[in-house]
Amino acid sequence: MSGVATSMDQSSSDRPPRRAPWWRRVGIAPLCAIVILAVMILAAVFAPLVAPYNPNSPDLLAALQGPSAAHPLGTDALGRDTLSRLIYGGRTTLLGPIVVILLSTVLGLLLGVAAAWRGGSIDTVISRIVDVLFSIPGIVFALVTVAILGAGLGSVVIGLTIAYTPYAARVIRGGALRERRMPYISAAWIQGRSGSTIARRHLVPNIRPLILAQAVAALGFAVIDLASMSFLGLGVQPPTPDWGLMVKSGLDSAVRGQPTEVIVASVAIALFVGAVTVLGDRLSTGVNK
Amino acid sequence: MSWPRFLVKRVLALLVVLLVASLLVYGSLYLAPGGPLSFLVGTRSATPELIAQVTAQYHLNDPFLVRYFTWLADVLHGDLGRSLVYREAVSSLIASRFLTTLLLVVYATVLILLVGLGTGIWAALRRGVAGRVVTGWNAASLSTPAFVLGALLIVVFALGLGWFPVYGSGSGFGDRLWHLTLPAIALALSSAAYLSRISSASITSEMGKEHVETAMSRGLPRKLVVRRHVLRNASIPVITVVGLTIAGLVAGTVVVENVFALDGLGSLLVRAILQRDYAVVQAIVLLLTIVFVLVNLIVDVLYSLVDPRLSLDGDAL
Repeated sequence: MSGVATSMDQSSSDRPPRRAPWWRRVGIAPLCAIVILAVMILAAVFAPLVAPYNPNSPDLLAALQGPSAAHPLGTDALGRDTLSRLIYGGRTTLLGPIVVILLSTVLGLLLGVAAAWRGGSIDTVISRIVDVLFSIPGIVFALVTVAILGAGLGSVVIGLTIAYTPYAARVIRGGALRERRMPYISAAWIQGRSGSTIARRHLVPNIRPLILAQAVAALGFAVIDLASMSFLGLGVQPPTPDWGLMVKSGLDSAVRGQPTEVIVASVAIALFVGAVTVLGDRLSTGVNK
Repeated sequence: MSWPRFLVKRVLALLVVLLVASLLVYGSLYLAPGGPLSFLVGTRSATPELIAQVTAQYHLNDPFLVRYFTWLADVLHGDLGRSLVYREAVSSLIASRFLTTLLLVVYATVLILLVGLGTGIWAALRRGVAGRVVTGWNAASLSTPAFVLGALLIVVFALGLGWFPVYGSGSGFGDRLWHLTLPAIALALSSAAYLSRISSASITSEMGKEHVETAMSRGLPRKLVVRRHVLRNASIPVITVVGLTIAGLVAGTVVVENVFALDGLGSLLVRAILQRDYAVVQAIVLLLTIVFVLVNLIVDVLYSLVDPRLSLDGDAL
């Protein structure tokens, strides 16, 4: 938004330049994204307070209903309230990817900073391992982990963490390499700080925007991958409510003539991924500026 | 670097990746809770014959490295083992399903190239409303996972309008293509959006380059400038994306085949995982990796063919 500030400089040179209001600086689309994400996450966290029904209590007499006053988003094949399942389903659907991103970012940070900071043979070894992991499609790690440990959210999280770590490590290594050549690092050396202190106290805080942008961008993909695994029956297991599972069961309901559930769950997933993508784009343009 | 050296280096790197992948796939068997034998037998009744068959197939009585290399040698000879569920050789299981998956990937690739390049070039050369429509469409497509899109396509076009069959692969070539249309769209859409975005951005940045402006101001026809100077230079990042996309499609089929109940490798893989049929899992996972790595190699070779300025000294892996 620097363009706005300069034009104001020229028009009113006698007054000190005013910064654009914060909502103009953030942008309308990222703001909408933040609101959507906040609503979804808050609803999932406070699900017992928000949900109108118990997500797992069946009512076979009210099965496969469309939207009504009693059930605003209808019911599924067992007569469970779709709105309540959607709210509770946000818990596994969103928690899984967040854990994957936290774990892979921490691992990627350790590997990336170690490679950039130490350089030499350590860098070569780490980079080669990352290269090889890159050459194997990410979903393969998740599938092999599930094959070994059995279906479940935990197995998928472990597998996807392995798949996402190389991405984080590569991006963070690049950022750390650029930062390492900065004069303030040499200044800290001259002051006699130890290498690990400089890396921890100066280098990592300075690449924090990059790490955040990378993590948010990866979060969108993680949501897709985890929901896909649950849809395949390899991740979250029924009767736990989950958006990926709701697409699966909703598809069966749609074949039986009631498409509300599959549409609701699909829209929820697409909205969340879209919001995360918009936010990620905004964060990475901030980094590249 | 000369061409032969480049190729040798790349093929060696490829072998390293495959070796690591095979070690991963084979070695992870030993991380299974309860050890490999109880894992491979699973919930099936542990008859002496079954235990003997599994022990012989995986050479469980030998030390680990000997076992691994014996298994690898078997694989290289085309012996992928026998499925414990289907009681059939894994290679014949795969062979009978390979065509469906291949057809799906090729169909989706064609759609991605047509739609992705088409909308990308159109948006970049027209700008204005066209550009904004394409940008919005791309953002929406990129946010929709393939399985979600597949489900919605079934609801609208198969169940609602009745234009397409809901499930299955069909028989005969034309019928097969008809059955594969919705799956191919589901598989292609987000990749097409990504390609559209990249090609549009690439063309837009080429259009602003000095040599393009010079050619335009000299009065050369716009079409000629676009064809000769813009599109050719813009094609380099586009080739990367096309390559990565096709490689990614191979993994994407796992999800899409299950949405549409197609009888391909992806649905075989998921069923094998759920039924703990590890010989099938190993074989398909290795196959996916091989295709993924090969496509990446082809992309790198194409690179240097399109732009001779790019040296062959790029990253080895």
